[in-house]
Amino acid sequence: MDERPASLPLKLTALVMFAFLLAPLIVVVPISFSGDAYMKFPPSSWSTKWYPAIFADGKMAAAFWTSLVLAAVVTALSLAIALPAAYALVRLKPPGAEALSSLFTAPLLLPTIVLGLAILIVFAKLGLLATFPGLVAAHLVVTLPYALRVLATALSTLPIAVEEAAATLGASPFTVFRRITLPMMKSGLVGTTALCFLVSFDEVVLSLFMTGPRIQTLPVAMYHHVEQQADPLVAALSVLLVALTLIVVLVVDRTSGLAKTFVK
Amino acid sequence: MSAGAAIALPAPAPREPGKGIATVVALLAPIALVNAVGFLAPVLNLARMSFYEVEPTGAMREVYTLATWAKVFSDGYYAGLIFDSITVSLGITLLTLICSYPIALYLHRSSGTWRTILLVLVISPLLTSAVVRTYGWIAILAENGLVNNAFAALSLAKLKLMFNATGVTIGLTEILMPYMILALLAGFGRLDPRVEEAAATLGAPPFTIFRRIILPLTLPGIALGCLLCFVLAVSSFITPKLLGGGRVFLLATEIYDEAIVTLNWPLAATLSILVLIIFGGALLLYSRALRAIL
Repeated sequence: MDERPASLPLKLTALVMFAFLLAPLIVVVPISFSGDAYMKFPPSSWSTKWYPAIFADGKMAAAFWTSLVLAAVVTALSLAIALPAAYALVRLKPPGAEALSSLFTAPLLLPTIVLGLAILIVFAKLGLLATFPGLVAAHLVVTLPYALRVLATALSTLPIAVEEAAATLGASPFTVFRRITLPMMKSGLVGTTALCFLVSFDEVVLSLFMTGPRIQTLPVAMYHHVEQQADPLVAALSVLLVALTLIVVLVVDRTSGLAKTFVK
Repeated sequence: MSAGAAIALPAPAPREPGKGIATVVALLAPIALVNAVGFLAPVLNLARMSFYEVEPTGAMREVYTLATWAKVFSDGYYAGLIFDSITVSLGITLLTLICSYPIALYLHRSSGTWRTILLVLVISPLLTSAVVRTYGWIAILAENGLVNNAFAALSLAKLKLMFNATGVTIGLTEILMPYMILALLAGFGRLDPRVEEAAATLGAPPFTIFRRIILPLTLPGIALGCLLCFVLAVSSFITPKLLGGGRVFLLATEIYDEAIVTLNWPLAATLSILVLIIFGGALLLYSRALRAIL
């Protein structure tokens, strides 16, 4: 690309704005090594006591496991549900495929605060509030549109000739899908997995409506903790979460190219 | 292997129309079920609930009334809530645009590995929980935080940066920046470097090039980013709640309080529909603006 090089004033302004954008993520690192009993910047002493404290705090540890299992279950279900749907909409092209995919991605247009309230009211009647299946169902409402969109894009950009060749040679539609289509859309699958996992793991507004004292996800537990006291415990947790996010992002970048997955 | 097997090579079976429809239905059934139970039914139910009657005791009856809607429009408190939500969100949108534009322009002009690294830096905050980022802002803005301790070291007076609209504005601006940057980048495709070079060759100073060439060409991206950020600002709830500390009252925080604390679901439903109406208005303005630009 023959772009104009950035001028010095633009570079400096961009640098300042980058500092502003990353400030809240950077500042938690020194605080997580604070030796103080409460949040203070800069800390007056240093220690690593807040990292083991996360797992000593029974509520946080339980919430962490709930979130991890929840995200894994939601991701697996999202793939299992969205993959057949994407295949049907892109390859079999039923009448009204466009309208159907708009309907299936519509939950993303709704603000989560409205969606959360709407789900709360219906799930309360069904007895799904503050239950694991209820949380799974609520998270699926927001992860499925992402999964469908990424998988449909991945499918529609595949060269169809290879699949046709396999079918001509006598492979059944399912064999073609399993042996040809699936391996070729690997990067789309990796992107979907990462996206669904992170969306579910970080989801907080829907979960706030759906959780109770009986079951809590990690973001909800953190939210309630910060609401009462902003101690360095949350900073240590934040560092772990940022590290987790970076690992996922790097894995996606290595396998399929970050730009391709998130920026079209 | 007999020659007969090679001759009897099965041709790809022509799809029977009846069987095809059955396959499509089977493949789409799971996603349709989640959509119906988790989206369509709840949203329709929400609209209906905004017309339910609430007794003075707080109990809800399935009797249709316009009372909740009348209350929202006649009570000054809710009118103020709507006004504040819209003005605060507009301010946040403008600030987000100002902070994001240089980054987007710089990203647009960088290339290769450096561009990928910068893109990761933009996207990573987006993938980090809003609770984590809001906590980071508490560490910066609190009475014992980075800014105020720096001010104290310089023997300046401490500022009240949290538990007010200032804190909410600063925090949300940063939280919404990645959305704005990505929207701006998507719209920067029309920016042809040769047009800028032509203007520069003809003697235009850098600021004139920016005002007369770059800015007009990037207006569609600006409009899209502003729509996105305004909509997200109106409906955001975690940051106003934590950085506002219960002292900043906006539509989204009120919806949560009515739904979880007061348990006045018809009122929460009515305010939710109101948020959607504001969304509709923003979308209408956006399409008007886009038509004016293009």
